[in-house]
Amino acid sequence: MGSGFLLRRIGYGLLLMLGVVVLNFLLIRLAPGDPAVVIAGEMGGATEEMLASIREEYGLNEPLLVQLGIYIGNVLRGDLGESFFFNQPVAHLIALRIGPTILLVVTAQLLSIFLGVLLGVLAARRPNGVMSAFVSVFATIGYAVPVFWTGIMLIILFASVLPVFPVEGMTSVRLRDAAWYVQWLDVAHHLVLPAFTLAIIYLAQYARLSRASMLEVLGSDYIRTARAKGARERTVLFRHALRNAALPILTVAGLQFGNLISGALLVETVFNWPGMGRLAFDSILRRDYPTIMGVLFFASAMVVIANILTDWSYRLADPRLRGRT
Amino acid sequence: MNRLTHVLGALALCATALPAGPALAEGGTLVIASTQVPRHLNGSVQSGIATAVPSTQIFASPLRYDETWEPQPYLAESWEVSEDGLTVTLNLVEGATFHDGEAVEAEDVAFSIMNTKQNHPFQSMFAPVESIDTPDTRTVVINLSQPHPALLLALSPALAPVLPKHIFDDGQDPKSHPANSAPVGSGPFMLEEFTPGEAIVLKKNPNFFIEGRPMLDEIIIRIIQDPSALLIAMENGEADIYPFMAGSQEIRRLEGADHLAVTPEGYAAVGPINWLAFNTASEKLADVRVRQAIAYAVDRDFITRALHRGVSAPQRSPIIEGSPFFDESIPAYDVDLDKANALMAEAGFGDGMELTVDYIPGPKEQQQTVAEYLKSQLKKIGIEVTVRAAPDFPTWAGRVGGHDFEMTMDVVFNWGDPVIGVHRTYLCSNIRQGVIWSNTQQYCNEKVDELLNAAAVELDPAKRAALYAEFQQIVATDMPIYWINALPYHTAYDKRLQNVPTGIWGTMHPMDMVSWSE
Repeated sequence: MGSGFLLRRIGYGLLLMLGVVVLNFLLIRLAPGDPAVVIAGEMGGATEEMLASIREEYGLNEPLLVQLGIYIGNVLRGDLGESFFFNQPVAHLIALRIGPTILLVVTAQLLSIFLGVLLGVLAARRPNGVMSAFVSVFATIGYAVPVFWTGIMLIILFASVLPVFPVEGMTSVRLRDAAWYVQWLDVAHHLVLPAFTLAIIYLAQYARLSRASMLEVLGSDYIRTARAKGARERTVLFRHALRNAALPILTVAGLQFGNLISGALLVETVFNWPGMGRLAFDSILRRDYPTIMGVLFFASAMVVIANILTDWSYRLADPRLRGRT
Repeated sequence: MNRLTHVLGALALCATALPAGPALAEGGTLVIASTQVPRHLNGSVQSGIATAVPSTQIFASPLRYDETWEPQPYLAESWEVSEDGLTVTLNLVEGATFHDGEAVEAEDVAFSIMNTKQNHPFQSMFAPVESIDTPDTRTVVINLSQPHPALLLALSPALAPVLPKHIFDDGQDPKSHPANSAPVGSGPFMLEEFTPGEAIVLKKNPNFFIEGRPMLDEIIIRIIQDPSALLIAMENGEADIYPFMAGSQEIRRLEGADHLAVTPEGYAAVGPINWLAFNTASEKLADVRVRQAIAYAVDRDFITRALHRGVSAPQRSPIIEGSPFFDESIPAYDVDLDKANALMAEAGFGDGMELTVDYIPGPKEQQQTVAEYLKSQLKKIGIEVTVRAAPDFPTWAGRVGGHDFEMTMDVVFNWGDPVIGVHRTYLCSNIRQGVIWSNTQQYCNEKVDELLNAAAVELDPAKRAALYAEFQQIVATDMPIYWINALPYHTAYDKRLQNVPTGIWGTMHPMDMVSWSE
């Protein structure tokens, strides 16, 4: 594994993030609506003097490019600014929410890969069997159904018909003083529905992808050889075939990470999950520029890091790539 | 010589007997569910229910109010208004302390009132306050430039939190002061945790200046922005009280839950009015006959009975019907399409016209549904209405604040006294480009200004009511706004809760008496 490869990827990633910052900065300012009027509205109205002082305080009087320059300078110094709405450092608001988002996204990612690959492998065993047909139908439905709709259906199901899982939030407020393991179990309990909702669309994709990939690999000579040598079916499937069929899954998993984060925005909103997605959604409605920029900055950083890790793991899984830079 | 208008001893507060009923339990947690996101927790520089509910628990104020609009002692154990109405003296209770242990003194009260005067959006609350003297640590003398009958109501917990001067008077901008999110007050509950947009955790203040209170150990305000999720939380017992509930489906659904009670009480001072505002500077709407024709065409009762399923009440005045200043006799403009068509013809629009209606983004039932109804109803008098949706509040506020609209649906609160929440909409001097919830209708009638200015300084309640009655008659004729309904705010709460706040300020009031039944 060359360190040059890694450095180059990090360099590209940083450039990409700079591009994201500039693009987001300009895009959000194209939206109609004056943040000073929003803040005044939230305060219950304001005089012209108050509006002027709000614009002055938040630097909204400066020309756009000057504002952009100031913002980039601040970001380079590690300062993401203060939320217009909450009057609190954006970094603090994100710090409160990044944990729940990572927990949701990583759980959904692992759930979708594990279950998706399992379904795909089982389907590939008998390409014309019932399981294979199920995976194909499930994949089509899972991919076609909007994530917010799945969430709402699950809420209806689990709120009234089968009240087994909590349908909103991340914790039960009445367990605030409970032992740590009770609180962890409580979070896990709350995590089930949002994680499954977010996972389902990708789970379907992984199932279909791993089925196709496995079918291709299972027709290879070395699989026939393994079987001829008397290897058990489980060994053939999971040790010989899956390892080789995993490369496309890994690639897609890395690329899907960005989609997962954007999907998390909807899932967090539907399930009242206290993550960055909801913060982003609310901040857009409030024209809270610094918070929107901060959340998008972190989201793009997460995607860039996920892509670098994917490239890296790809090279770990496939020795043929290690010599290349 | 001063006329003593109110002298109530601290004993009066202690004597406020708790209603007879089930035995009350000390302790316990109250979970309040809310869809509203507070920016911070300091009601001195921020209006709105989102901040007022926690702010009134954390900060005490000079006075508090009972169900009959009568002021009661709070930090001020007694108060006097001078005969000429130019001086109000507050005598502070002994032994009140802030949550950090510092004593609450006259200087703190004086600082807080001046801070609110300078930084709160409701400038009219303390505008006549010229100066405040503090002859000793327990006496506050408020000097006014003119009599100000709205002052006592403005000293309520929701509007006049008493801040610790030693924390807030440090030269930082009060509107963005860090202590707004980590406040120290002298109210019944202390802030333990504030997660913006998620939850506020308040713990019992063991040194609260009213002995034996608060009853609860803890209040948790959970912000659940999705009303459906919030309903489920109430039904499942994850939350105990849901104030400011306005959707008819929500109200009906929670009324069906066995363990919950639902009440419309507690919103008299809030006075939330849903209305249709006209841009009177627009060529098409400048003629009062067109505005009256629209009023005759719209069926207020159909809106409240059918569209709102009977949970909201018709509102035909700029002053909420629960207010002592509401005038019963103002015209209701019962539906009369012939009259409406005749008025349109008289105004020169017999061939019809096109109009646009905007609406403030919010609950569909109160806004969009009514706007769609207006479209079909006004067609009957030859008005083709285009309903113009705004994707979010900033877009709508930009249009209406910028006077770029013809008609708009809006929800505006009375905030107790007309001086605070009503005058701003009708005074010529409050036509301000770019300022939302000013006189965006650009309506100007000198007689109205004269009446409102006179009512603002009239100390005699009867004379004041007469001035407001005349004002209501004029604006009901000039019709810069067609008032539709009072927003059907309801509170749902667990039946085991005792002393649920249903006074004029509802949950924007200290919950020191709220408790669980044993």
